[in-house]
Amino acid sequence: MTESRIIRITGPVVEAEQMRGARMYEVVFVGRDELIGEIIGLHEDVATIQVYEETTGITPGEPVKRSKRPLSVELGPGLLGMIYDGIQRPLTEIAQISGDFIVRGVSAPALPRDTLYRFTPSVSSGDRLIGGAVIGSVPETKHILHRIFLPPDISGTVEGVAEEGDYTVEDTILRLKDDDGTFHEITMLQRWPVRVPRPIQEKLPVIRPLITGQRVIDSFFPIVQGGTASVPGPFGAGKTVVQHQLAKWCDADIIVYVGCGERGNEMADVLRQFPSLVDPKTKEPLMKRTVLIGNTSNMPVAAREASVYTGITIAEYYRDMGYTVALMADSTSRWAEAMREISGRLEEMPGEHGYPAYLGSRLADFYERAGRVKTLSGAEGSVSVIGAVSPPGGDFSEPVTQNTLRIVRVFWALDADLAHQRHFPAVNWLLSYSLYADLVAPWWEKHGGMEWWTMRSELLALLQKENELQEIVQLVGPDLLPEQDKFTLNVAAILRESFLVQSAFDPVDTFCPPEKQYRMMILIYQYFRGGRGAVEAGMTAGEVEKLPVTARLSRMGPMPHDEFDSFFSEVLEEMKAAFPGGEN
Amino acid sequence: MPPLREFQSVVRVAGPILAVSGIDDAGYNEVVQVLLPDGSIRAGQVLESRKGMAIVMVFGGTRDLDCDITAVRFTGRPLTMPVSKDMLGRIFSGSAEPIDGGGSVVPEKEMEISGYAINPTRREFPEDCIETGISAIDGMNTLVRGQKLPVFSGSGLPHSMLAAQITRQARVRGTDESFAVVFAAMGITHEEARFFIHEFSETGARAHAVLFLNRADDPAIERIITPRLALTAAEYLAFDCGMHVLVVMQDITAYCEALREVSAAREEIPARRGYPGYMYTDLASLYERAGRVKGRPGSITQLPILSMPDDDITHPVPDLTGYITEGQIVLSRELHRKGVYPPIDVLPCLSRLMQGGIGEGRTRSDHANVSSQLYAAYARGRRLAGLVAVIGDEGLTDVDRLYLLFLERFEREFVGQRKDEGRSFDETLDRAWDLLSIFPKVELRRIDPKYIEQYYRGEIG
Ligand SMILES: Nc1ncnc2c1ncn2[C@@H]1O[C@H](COP(=O)(O)OP(=O)(O)OP(=O)(O)O)[C@@H](O)[C@H]1O
Ligand SMILES: [Mg+2]
Repeated sequence: MTESRIIRITGPVVEAEQMRGARMYEVVFVGRDELIGEIIGLHEDVATIQVYEETTGITPGEPVKRSKRPLSVELGPGLLGMIYDGIQRPLTEIAQISGDFIVRGVSAPALPRDTLYRFTPSVSSGDRLIGGAVIGSVPETKHILHRIFLPPDISGTVEGVAEEGDYTVEDTILRLKDDDGTFHEITMLQRWPVRVPRPIQEKLPVIRPLITGQRVIDSFFPIVQGGTASVPGPFGAGKTVVQHQLAKWCDADIIVYVGCGERGNEMADVLRQFPSLVDPKTKEPLMKRTVLIGNTSNMPVAAREASVYTGITIAEYYRDMGYTVALMADSTSRWAEAMREISGRLEEMPGEHGYPAYLGSRLADFYERAGRVKTLSGAEGSVSVIGAVSPPGGDFSEPVTQNTLRIVRVFWALDADLAHQRHFPAVNWLLSYSLYADLVAPWWEKHGGMEWWTMRSELLALLQKENELQEIVQLVGPDLLPEQDKFTLNVAAILRESFLVQSAFDPVDTFCPPEKQYRMMILIYQYFRGGRGAVEAGMTAGEVEKLPVTARLSRMGPMPHDEFDSFFSEVLEEMKAAFPGGEN
Repeated sequence: MPPLREFQSVVRVAGPILAVSGIDDAGYNEVVQVLLPDGSIRAGQVLESRKGMAIVMVFGGTRDLDCDITAVRFTGRPLTMPVSKDMLGRIFSGSAEPIDGGGSVVPEKEMEISGYAINPTRREFPEDCIETGISAIDGMNTLVRGQKLPVFSGSGLPHSMLAAQITRQARVRGTDESFAVVFAAMGITHEEARFFIHEFSETGARAHAVLFLNRADDPAIERIITPRLALTAAEYLAFDCGMHVLVVMQDITAYCEALREVSAAREEIPARRGYPGYMYTDLASLYERAGRVKGRPGSITQLPILSMPDDDITHPVPDLTGYITEGQIVLSRELHRKGVYPPIDVLPCLSRLMQGGIGEGRTRSDHANVSSQLYAAYARGRRLAGLVAVIGDEGLTDVDRLYLLFLERFEREFVGQRKDEGRSFDETLDRAWDLLSIFPKVELRRIDPKYIEQYYRGEIG
């Protein structure tokens, strides 16, 4: 057999000849340094390969080796707390080998090979198992019991199973005879091709909100466990901060954070903070529920393309164990650009803005991997996906934003003007929406109160009204407005400044529990109703504004949660006194 | 890579690009020397390599090249540069040839100019704030060591003046560690170049500075390597010699135009306005070289300067830059016309690393609140000024009028300062309180009452 050889190199894309028999998406080793690559095109015996490492110095004529397997991730205990590059190379271990800078041709196994994990079997010899069945478990952290599965594509009868004890991920823990009589040695380490969704029994309807502790999200534009959301916005509008806030505080069991083509310092920031921040649910360090994928903007562009798939596959794997998983991808635009760059080198026919014609379907396939599901083993788990979008010039009409909008159910539109005023999170309340709002109303009614839906609707309408009034003010000035409208403007300002504004950096307000959100909403809503009554009864908007109770409504967010309870009852009383006729 | 090979088989020249036939083993990114008919030599780099063909970009441009005599020598090496501490105090061309009359630098080390990505796990999160002495920066967009903070400017605005002032005044409180300035000029005028050389000489910074000058009439394609040479020098000084290096790169727009020229010559499918689709990645390969590395004492802080064509912040060059850098300082033509120096429009400005660099024990505990309040007040003042321009000021309330007064004074007294005036953090924050004290206390909603107690000095509290 003649050896496969490189015939062309252009940036991250390489062509090789004598590749007959190779398959699409097969992993290959390129050149003398055996750089990792993946086949992304075939034409007769020539394969087009995207290379996951710097190709400097590679020459035509160098060999290409086939691996005969698709690009896959390693799954098994030990994933939590790790930071990987886009193709799951462990960055901490890589640093131990090659130092502070990433050089080429270095690799290390994704999962540690010598660590012992306590495996407890849950099947016995003679059991009949179908693919995806749970065969045992490992306590990966104090709160995460890591279930070990029979690989989804194998079924058969258990011939032997390891006793409870300590094993490495490569030790055989189960022997299985499949229906053809072939024996399989099953280890805790399993591989899954990243571009293929892990199989499930069925998708289930979403029901429960994913609580994030961010008021504008939970109370106004909620996301659900198993839902999809997109955060578009120009540079500096706060996409990354929103993603970090969710990664820190949302009530998922597992977080997969994909830094896709973004800043090195942002990954360093996560690595610096997460080990010392405490998960409000389990009181364990946040890092212990987190898997980081960091393929920063200066790391190879092809690995950036792969990074979101690596992330979502790991997310699905923990979902299969019955956990609530949330995946953040910052930014999907960089992923799309990586596709564009590779597609350009392939000289494919471009679509809009030079993006490949398949942009829309790739985005859809990716978000489609989110959802609440019944797993093969019968458990219920979910993956929520929150993708940042970085539209050029902040213009939402561009292809990535538009294609994403067609798929996701929640849209948090970030706005440069709000960011410039330091109104954070800079979520534009007029453009944003959540198609899950009515689904989560029952949850809020149970955990907050029966008024949730009414208050939310009326307060959103208030903001809408403010916008209309401001247009009038632009024409005639504020003075000519009727008192009732002036009052509307004042309340809207309070709602914005005291409720919607929430600093990620305030030690208290960084996370606002849903109960507090609900009560803050009550206070503002009662002020709105009471004040409106007072103005109807003849007070001016200015007089209402000067009431002492008005000032009480500012700075509620940063108030320590334990002081808030008594504050709430006090102000409610004050409000009753201030607006005696009030309540309508 | 294979050793030296020479070919006299240029088959095509288009713009800055040439194609050489007959070579089977050109390395991707390999350095070439182009030997011209007149005996002169220009450097180039392989952009694409195939069996039997290499596509080469020529840094010095392709003027006077031909297809008969011109020879191309493939060196078998990636682009490297010799580095040494002796570079300090020297001036080089845009391709690192000494142009100050001094001899060549005795190398301590040879480094690849494309650099390597810092492993994210080895990055030290930057949090030592730099006092630039400029209130609009220190007070509201604090710069920290290891940050990349560009200046978005326009033609005719005093960005060079500002960059020079920052270079002159920048210090980290309570330290006197060794520092250096690396200046990379891409396509700037002789006059601007002279201004910087003069500035550095005047202030004694010359001895700590390394300059790489590609001027407006130097070959455009050379601009693609100039910043990489500068950053390689900076990495050596920072991470090998432990110095704190400030890298000023001007003008990034000229750099991007050179990228566009190469891309057009290769007939690539452009993204926006003719700029190549990979420009984000390419710019990131420069900007991400800023930072700190765990266990190494030095740092690289970048101050890239770019001119926004048509003052358009959505133009691909500022846009992609803003998406990579850790904030931006934006200069405004309107403030410049009003005579405000430095004409910094704080609203679109941002320093993403400010949060970690300020506060108790770093600058002052009220810093974050004050900054946020200044933003809110200034934004409201600007909105009202816009309103007044349309409908006059009759309908305004008394409080509205205070905002207009604030707006006026803020631009003059806080943003505005002398070209030789360096303000300490305390002075900057005190000035902010002078202005915020125009308002009654209740207006200061973004400030913790305990700081109002401590610093407010208004009458109408
Ligand atoms: N919730 C928030 N609270 C306080 N500050 C915020 C908040 N959100 C954003 N900011 C401020 O805005 C800055 C920019 O936010 P961020 O880095 O998230 O922007 P981005 O949209 O991700 O930009 P890019 O597209 O360039 O990555 C932050 O550094 C921070 O100063
Ligand atoms: Mg971001």
